[in-house]
Amino acid sequence: MLKIQVKDAEQNSTDNLKVLQTDKKKTVYQTRNLNLWYGEQQALKDINLDIIENDVTAIIGPSGCGKSTYIKTLNRMVELVPIVRTTGEIIYRERNILDKNYQVEELRTKVGMVFQKPNPFPKSIYDNIAYGPRIHGIKNKKILDEIVENSLRGAAIWDDVKDRLHQNAYGLSGGQQQRICIARCLAIEPDVILMDEPTSALDPISTLKVEELVQELKQNYSIIIVTHNMQQAARISDKTAFFLNGEVIEFDDTNKLFSTPSDRRTEDYISGRFG
Amino acid sequence: MVSFKQQDSQSVQQLIEQAKGKGSKKLMEKIMPKILFLTALVSVLTTIGIVFTLIFETFEFFTRVNIIDYLIGREWLPFAGDSPAYGVLPLIAGTLKVTLIAAVVAVPLGIAAAIYLSEYASDKIRRTIKPILEVLAGVPTIVYGFFALTFVTPIIQTVIPSVKIFNAISPGIVIGIMILPMIASLSEDAMSSVPNSIREGALALGSTKLEVTLKVILPAAISGILSSIVLAVSRAIGETMIVSLAGGSTPKFDMNITDSIQTMTAYIVQVSSGDAGYGTTIYYSIYAVGFTLFIFTLLMNLLAHFISKRFKEEY
Amino acid sequence: MNYINQKEVIKRMSGRIFLNGLFKVIFLLATLFALATLGILIYRMVTQGSEYLDADFLGNFSSRFAEKAGIKAALIGSIWLMAVVAPVSLLLGIGAALYLEEYASKNKMTDFIRMNISNLAGVPSIVFGLLGLTIFVRSLALGKSVLAAGLTMSLLILPVIIVSSQEAIRAVPNELREASYGMGATKWQTILKVVLPFAIPGILTGCILALSRAVGETAPLVVIGIPVIVHFLPEGILSQFTALPMQIFDWAKRPQPEFQHVAAAGILVLLIFLIVLNSIAIFIRNKFQKRY
Repeated sequence: MLKIQVKDAEQNSTDNLKVLQTDKKKTVYQTRNLNLWYGEQQALKDINLDIIENDVTAIIGPSGCGKSTYIKTLNRMVELVPIVRTTGEIIYRERNILDKNYQVEELRTKVGMVFQKPNPFPKSIYDNIAYGPRIHGIKNKKILDEIVENSLRGAAIWDDVKDRLHQNAYGLSGGQQQRICIARCLAIEPDVILMDEPTSALDPISTLKVEELVQELKQNYSIIIVTHNMQQAARISDKTAFFLNGEVIEFDDTNKLFSTPSDRRTEDYISGRFG
Repeated sequence: MVSFKQQDSQSVQQLIEQAKGKGSKKLMEKIMPKILFLTALVSVLTTIGIVFTLIFETFEFFTRVNIIDYLIGREWLPFAGDSPAYGVLPLIAGTLKVTLIAAVVAVPLGIAAAIYLSEYASDKIRRTIKPILEVLAGVPTIVYGFFALTFVTPIIQTVIPSVKIFNAISPGIVIGIMILPMIASLSEDAMSSVPNSIREGALALGSTKLEVTLKVILPAAISGILSSIVLAVSRAIGETMIVSLAGGSTPKFDMNITDSIQTMTAYIVQVSSGDAGYGTTIYYSIYAVGFTLFIFTLLMNLLAHFISKRFKEEY
Repeated sequence: MNYINQKEVIKRMSGRIFLNGLFKVIFLLATLFALATLGILIYRMVTQGSEYLDADFLGNFSSRFAEKAGIKAALIGSIWLMAVVAPVSLLLGIGAALYLEEYASKNKMTDFIRMNISNLAGVPSIVFGLLGLTIFVRSLALGKSVLAAGLTMSLLILPVIIVSSQEAIRAVPNELREASYGMGATKWQTILKVVLPFAIPGILTGCILALSRAVGETAPLVVIGIPVIVHFLPEGILSQFTALPMQIFDWAKRPQPEFQHVAAAGILVLLIFLIVLNSIAIFIRNKFQKRY
């Protein structure tokens, strides 16, 4: 496993506070001094990150660095683990989502999520996409039809499935299932899309398709993507955050982070020396 | 065991070689599979025994009573001296009344309990409650029968005074309580086997737990839930002691549930506890009724099997 | 595209969340209903039966008079019954489970046996009573004896024992079998020395649960015609006898209100009998689970 140089730690804590200055663009998420524990074990340590509207933000780091935990905190899916405890704030559109009065259902309506493994519901393709709009009260068949078509087009899978909308989604290939899941997420018209290693279970061609899709979705959505694949982060993201042992080591423009990292540990990681 | 020290300068291999010569090892290898196969055959023989017994004795019954009268007759009066009537419909009506009431009690409660345990309860609560449900399922039916007669019936009578001491409601409710753990436990199994990733997918779209459960988990687990209901109903149809104690012995072909009834099983018990001599028509009638009961439960069990095979979800 | 009106979504949100909370309570109440019933049932039996449950009750035979009625014949009878059911059902059940898990090849015969076992588990107990009456009591002329009733009960719980034993045997890791074969052991040696010792706690736990079902079963005994007024103890497996649930059934049917208390006292004895059996099962499970 990895061995981190302790002498860099002090310098690093000042880096943590280095929030990117953004003159024109708005931020969607401002994370302030976020700490998170699973029981006794601290998984996130004093995280400070600003995520910018209509950017693709990649989060990279070795297994167990807390990158998945962090993205699941952004829509509070992390609370499904009963022993989780947090301190600090995550401001989303002017409100702290970690406030107990913030309803998770409301948050998750605005923040969609795509998971590691495709997880369509055991229902027809149509019902998968229509699920979200339906729970939010849309019953009109014509409107639902339009939402389904637009979402599937948005996820670049309409042509593959338009003739079999009423067949079970489990009949599709893994890559197609993942794009169904992305379409399902688009159907509730989210503001942000969280992607937790969305291509880790896919073959290279499906991966490429999902990556292209991310580039397109970027026009309309803010996207945060966790990936263990550094090439993928370099290909598709505007900003990249490098997590290690529950801390943000470095957060910068993707080009800069991959060409001239300012922290030794980032350099070690991206050059493949550990992880 | 063979010692690893070499004794009398013999190697372990030599000792093994010697042991091979005597031992009854080869014989055991040949004979045991056959013995075990025979034990497995006992269950098949039991089924054959049941079917053969029922058919044979029922056939004897139908040499004395017209099979059509039996199947469509609306009066069951085997003890009516000169003119006994053997129409099975009143017994079937009694069985169905009790079974229906049991299902009305057990299906909603059982599924609700399954949902609570599978979707809402913490691990710790689930681990505490499930064994208690198993205890509830393990209470002997004679105890439930006594409970129905001495506790549930008086309560019903205070609420609805027109209810008789023997009726269909009380045993129906208590049978419902008896099969509730079966529905709860099997449905919980079916719901728990829906992968967590599917729950997460639904929650991430802003669903409440209730919406996840009703719109995603229940439809996904429907085959397991339905087959648990069918199995439980089959159990209710065959339940004997509760209806024998609390249901009465007045077979009637009607829809009345406040009055004394008789089920197929209770009739067999009534005849068996009395002095119906061997070889009389009444004696053979319990086999005909038993055969009818057997057909009912067999069909239910095959249906449950069919449902769980046919609608099996691949996640 | 803008189909989803965010204001509308927020407006509906509180209703949906309220509904979720409401149903959570409803689901919890349904669960508690089941638990409460068990509590009330046990409480009723204790309050009704405890005053009759004393040494005389355990030491007397049944009687026409409630205060003299005792459960001796039924208690001893049930123990005799177990003495037949336990060895017969265990040998047959574990044997069948071993055959199905270790020897049976995948063919139509095996499928048929499996299918047959699952259907047999769904046959009502009273039908087993009819089988016992015809085959054991009459055809084999065993009469209304411990043996006839014991064999009937053994067949009744056989499917349960087979299925739970199969599960226990299936839980034995294949590596253990392979390790045994690797040293040149034969199949039967492997089963006897590796598979069975590993699986036996699970098998026994399932078997004891099945046996406790046999202790409480009444219907087959009624159909076989087991007597209820017995003033002697069985002397052998061919003796007539009575059993706990039969005795309770008889008392519960009597019109005199005092006999309700006697029946409740009998139920307490039956429940204690079952608790003892189940405690043994739990003890076995806990004791052996730690080993692996």
